[in-house]
Amino acid sequence: MKTVASFKIQYTQFLDQEGKEVQPLPAEITDTQLAEYYRDMVFCRVFDKKAVALQRTGRISTYAPLIGQEAVDVGIAHAMKRDDVFLPYYRNTGTQILRGVSLIETLLYFGGDERGTAFKETRQDFPTQINLSTQTPHAVGVAMAMKLQGEPHVAVTTVGDGACSKGDFYEAMNLAGVWGAPVLFVAMNNQWAISVPYESQTAAKTLAQKAIAAGIGSEQVDGNDVVAVYDGVGRALALIREGKGPYLIELKTYRLGDHTTADNASRYRSDKEVSEAWKRDPIARLRTYLSARSLWTKDQEEKLLTEMNQRIEAAVEQYLAIEAPRAAGMVEHLFAELPPDLEAQRKILDGM
Amino acid sequence: MSVTLVQAVTMALARAMEQDDRVLLLGQDIGVNGGVFRATDGLFKKFGDRRVLDTPISESAIIGSSIGMAAQGLRPVAEIQFMGFLYAGLDQLLSHAGRLRSRTRGRLSCPMVIRTPFGGGIRAPEHHADSLESILAHSPGIRVVIPSSPSRAYGLLLSAIQDPDPVVFMEPIRLYRGSKEPVNDDGGGLPLDTCFVLREGRDVTLVTWGNCVIEVSEAADQLEEEGISAEIIDVASISRLDMDTIFGSVERTGRCVIVHEAALTAGFGAEIAARLADEGLLSLRAPVKRVGGFDTAYPLYRLENHYLPTTHRILEACRAVLDFE
Ligand SMILES: Cc1ncc(C[n+]2csc(CCOP(=O)(O)OP(=O)(O)O)c2C)c(N)n1
Ligand SMILES: [Mg+2]
Repeated sequence: MKTVASFKIQYTQFLDQEGKEVQPLPAEITDTQLAEYYRDMVFCRVFDKKAVALQRTGRISTYAPLIGQEAVDVGIAHAMKRDDVFLPYYRNTGTQILRGVSLIETLLYFGGDERGTAFKETRQDFPTQINLSTQTPHAVGVAMAMKLQGEPHVAVTTVGDGACSKGDFYEAMNLAGVWGAPVLFVAMNNQWAISVPYESQTAAKTLAQKAIAAGIGSEQVDGNDVVAVYDGVGRALALIREGKGPYLIELKTYRLGDHTTADNASRYRSDKEVSEAWKRDPIARLRTYLSARSLWTKDQEEKLLTEMNQRIEAAVEQYLAIEAPRAAGMVEHLFAELPPDLEAQRKILDGM
Repeated sequence: MSVTLVQAVTMALARAMEQDDRVLLLGQDIGVNGGVFRATDGLFKKFGDRRVLDTPISESAIIGSSIGMAAQGLRPVAEIQFMGFLYAGLDQLLSHAGRLRSRTRGRLSCPMVIRTPFGGGIRAPEHHADSLESILAHSPGIRVVIPSSPSRAYGLLLSAIQDPDPVVFMEPIRLYRGSKEPVNDDGGGLPLDTCFVLREGRDVTLVTWGNCVIEVSEAADQLEEEGISAEIIDVASISRLDMDTIFGSVERTGRCVIVHEAALTAGFGAEIAARLADEGLLSLRAPVKRVGGFDTAYPLYRLENHYLPTTHRILEACRAVLDFE
């Protein structure tokens, strides 16, 4: 017998959970950038808390909290270029906002209003995807189109650990491998798919290794270390831009909140596990690091929180003041031009 | 004991599992969590992990593996978390579950049930409110059953599990916890091939199923106040359809309105209307009217009440058939 193939999966971390450097930070990341990542992570958390509160008071409906995964959202957003195309799933609200989806659009969407998907800024980005993994083949198509049209951009799509069990995900990676499509698959391994833990989701030790079978590159990074996320996603994007094909990056993180506002995680996981996971909080980790290097003070923290709260409150106020959607809106964008029979339905709706 | 529709589902599942140890459950989050609507609440604890299986997120594999288990003599009852996620499993369901018996000249079969909540009205996110009964009814070899009360949920689900062929059991989301009624946990099934007459009437026949029973009943109440007597038929078994009950009713009333929340065009109401035109034309004293969802993707929740058939729209249709000369 001889070995005809073998594999290994690399893991990257820069800051451990105590906020200590386990290896020197990448040279190109400046202190200013670190502070910016920190601010953006705090922003994500403040927004997230507000969104949950708005759901509790009936101002929006089901919302998927991103608490605990701020480093993922922020690292991806900063590593991507504006002209790259983002095809996210529902737990990447932070990245979407950092890429330019407005707070009001975000609130409208979770508030059940289609106008929230109009995206005035990120014109090429796809709407958030709830139907698991179905966006991954779209990402391959987006990427291939960019390649065929000679554009140097990358399609970035995100999925959860659970969504990596679905056929679409494997099919998309396989197709991307065959076509050499410039697409980055990001698997956000937060250990849970609603109530199903990672071990019941797959017998594979890592999600990264799922790329091996598709013949594409992959690695795992600490998804609670924003430096590692930025670095890993950045390296992968650079590789893809060089024409070195599609790539899968697994971001190991943890879902600190309920699956959604409609879920109660205490039914299926222990408080102990969650309190252990809080020790790996991505925000506290970077704060510790920055404070130790005197790059962040208590004063700055307080000022930041006030500023974030004001910005978010202002957006919420605007959101709540928006006039109700028109019923006819539900058919108006079905076709480029509304066929006559639908025009008749539009009229009925307009009268409602 | 007085129970909700979703509790009646749990009761029926427990009863079926107690009666027949070939029955097992599989699906996403149905184990420790008891399902996102708690339809399998307590069953993991009671029956263990060999009979209540949490699956990875793979609708295609959930249905496909159920086919294999059923062919081997088990009685799988799979849960698809929301009907909008059934699309990913349709190849297995339509190309295989419905055809295995026929493709093997009766040698192999698929005694399996797929339970799935359907329909809207609960401010759920995108893709959580689809109603696919007409797609399924159009496909050979599959029964499609929809209860509209706790006792019918109990009896129909037990019969579905005992049925020798694949049954899609569509559970109406708006009715899950809408009301309670006493359900006798006696293991008694209900027939899978008859409509249920929910209310008798003389002037107009209202045909519906699932969630829309709510608005149709409200419309009938209102008509009654105006001295008009409406008969309500709950189709319950979309496939195979019991037209005799509908013909019998329309023979007496001469007027028919069909209500469903799936999009109007090519909805299952069209099949019933066509059959009435074909074999019941001489009973009709007015054209058949249909009230359904608009021909669009189910909207985000701010507009869902405009999409769904309202009591108002049902009454308008009733008036049109009642006033027809
Ligand atoms: C095709 C499909 N099946 C089922 C669901 C219901 N569902 C919504 S989220 C979820 C779990 C997803 O877990 P994961 O992919 O790990 O992402 P996470 O929510 O943990 O970020 C399930 C089963 C769905 N949205 N789409
Ligand atoms: Mg997950």
